[in-house]
Amino acid sequence: MPRYVVPRQLVYPGDPIATTDYEVSGPVYIDNGRYRSWCLGLVEVRDERTINIVPLEGTYRPKVGDTVIGYVTDVLAIGWELDVRAPFSAYLSVHDAVLKPIDLESVDLTTLLNIGDMVVARITDIDVTREHPISVTIKESNLGRLEGGTLVEISPVKVPRVIGKKGSMIGVLSMLRCDIIVGQNGRIFVKCGDVRDEAFLASVIRRIERESHTTGLTDRIKETILKYLSERGHQ
Amino acid sequence: MASITPWGKRIVPVLKRDSVRRAVQSGIRTTGRGLLEYREIRSEVGVIETADGSAVVRLGNTQVIAGVKAGLGRPFPDAPNEGVLIVNAEILPHASPYSEIGPPDEFAIELARVVDRGIRHSGYIDMQRLAVDPGSSAYVLWVDIYVVNDDGNLIDAANMASVLALAHTSLPGIRRKETGEPSLDRDNRAVLPTTDRVPIAISIGKIGDKLLVDPDFDEEYSLDGRVSITVANNHVVSAQKTLGYFTQREVERAIDIALDMAPQVLARLRHGSP
Amino acid sequence: MTKAPPVPLLLGGKRSDGRRPDEVRPLEMEIGVITNADGSAVVSYGRTRVVAAVYGPKEAHPRHLALPDKAIMRVRYHMAPFSTKDERKNPAPSRREIEISRVLREALEPSVFLEHFPRSLIDVFLEVVQADGSTRAASLTAASLALADAGIPMRDLVIGVSVGLINGTIAVDLNSLEDQYGEGDLPIGIMPNLGHITLFQLDGSWTRDKLVEAVRMAYRAVGEIYGAAREALKKRYFEAVQEVT
Repeated sequence: MPRYVVPRQLVYPGDPIATTDYEVSGPVYIDNGRYRSWCLGLVEVRDERTINIVPLEGTYRPKVGDTVIGYVTDVLAIGWELDVRAPFSAYLSVHDAVLKPIDLESVDLTTLLNIGDMVVARITDIDVTREHPISVTIKESNLGRLEGGTLVEISPVKVPRVIGKKGSMIGVLSMLRCDIIVGQNGRIFVKCGDVRDEAFLASVIRRIERESHTTGLTDRIKETILKYLSERGHQ
Repeated sequence: MASITPWGKRIVPVLKRDSVRRAVQSGIRTTGRGLLEYREIRSEVGVIETADGSAVVRLGNTQVIAGVKAGLGRPFPDAPNEGVLIVNAEILPHASPYSEIGPPDEFAIELARVVDRGIRHSGYIDMQRLAVDPGSSAYVLWVDIYVVNDDGNLIDAANMASVLALAHTSLPGIRRKETGEPSLDRDNRAVLPTTDRVPIAISIGKIGDKLLVDPDFDEEYSLDGRVSITVANNHVVSAQKTLGYFTQREVERAIDIALDMAPQVLARLRHGSP
Repeated sequence: MTKAPPVPLLLGGKRSDGRRPDEVRPLEMEIGVITNADGSAVVSYGRTRVVAAVYGPKEAHPRHLALPDKAIMRVRYHMAPFSTKDERKNPAPSRREIEISRVLREALEPSVFLEHFPRSLIDVFLEVVQADGSTRAASLTAASLALADAGIPMRDLVIGVSVGLINGTIAVDLNSLEDQYGEGDLPIGIMPNLGHITLFQLDGSWTRDKLVEAVRMAYRAVGEIYGAAREALKKRYFEAVQEVT
């Protein structure tokens, strides 16, 4: 039974990938005994029988357990409505936001989080029948309100590239000694000691997004950062 | 104005839809009709005395009234020697639990425009004989389609009602003032000039790889595709896919079905009118 | 019915703009032209030019329009007041534009996995900025490219083309003169990989054989336009490669 693609081939929506006796993962669907791509993607042939399609475009699909970066769009009676870049809104209840119980009668929620405030949160539940289908918490280590820093928005399907295989890319980025928080929803928060480093890091992340489908990207990014660091060192 | 995925008819019991689909897949219909069989067509003309032409058509339980009113107006600049045809459709709030009060929505607009194109491109009305003073005055024929009960296949029923109403339209005469300015004389009438190119719309639904004609309301929300093909004198004069998709072969088969069915439906329509 | 055109539509096997009957006008397609949109494309078939933008999937507002098991799609086809050759087009939506918005939505929906995004909304905005015939066909291609650019899961692209009858000859990709004076017009939309027809409208006067031949010709023309569409999508990614190597 045939395979219709070669390694690193660009595939388009509807392109046949292989017959269903192959193992095909990624953005694909089955039509008449054949896997077809459902978006623009690159072919990754893992072995004789296994193919993966890496999407080049895609929207954020929230999953329970995802770490996401969101901002407050409304302050409600006992919680906040958040935008997490999903097709539906998220809800952060007071219980999932503060460690100690607070007296809702006396505490103004806007003093804790106000409209426009940014948080890094984890998705705990999704139920599309609710008014706010996504539930999130910030009551864990590494979660909570974000202050200062710069936010970079990239396509959510490019997030794995910013992290890299076994964290290789994020390892390269950490040479700049900045805080980097990567949301699965394609929002990336960076905060450096030096504002120039922050601007540089943001531009590097945008470049990773732009060149995500090319080979040898990690090495090129590493080169760029080393060059930047050595030039900065001379200043 | 934008077109939005409709809500109303989409949510139906799965069981109902599955039984309709299962039956069609095995070549029959839950109503007992054959796949290429129309429902009973009953019609009556001259039902509205205030109109210049009118008809009611009942296609099974689908019921549509068409009324024709003639007026005088300016011809279109690109057709100074022809009359003007305007088709409008209203799906009355009476027609189904899903029809809404308000100006014609996209379904009513599509219905009117599909019927309009069938009449226009068939050449059924001799438009040149509807010119009064070339470039300045011509008859305007308003065809108003009223859907009273929607049990599916509105396009075919609306087309039949419109054609019948036009076939029985008496055109008011022209009276001239001293200045020569024309006005309508409703006391002196003549038959509306029509031709033998009668447009007949044939709507074809698809379920799986089966095609069927004249889908009723229950069948309509079980379809994978629907196309309406209007035929006049063995020519296809208009077509519109209104739902889903078709393969090339299915489109070719649909064309054949429409060409084959249209004379039969026309004959039945003629018999149905008293 | 047919009125005489100001110039012959077909002379010595050539059309009024010099094309062969089976020849598509020069195609131009560019993806990602509207940076604010989730997906966008500008598509030209000759002088006909359409700008498409896609937003979503996003929360469906108003909420009562949302469907519990899939996304809803909202499509707006609109012609700019300055897009027509003669008089200014009234910017208010006409019955024609409302109908075309509907047939384009019906032509796009079979290609999109709406069931992936329950209760959400996908917006598709189509603006004809310059019209010279085949505007709905070009709009369909532009919409489909913008949806692909937005990364919305789809079974296939949908490519639009119009086929018409001029002086008894079948011709593809009609310009406005041919649309106005020809004997028939068949705008058609096809998913090239699956071979499914999702847009099918027709007017004029067609015999069975001419019509069947026209549909076949549409498939061939769609193949050509699809090639240009793939190139445009590819260009969006592989220009970046050239920058770095």
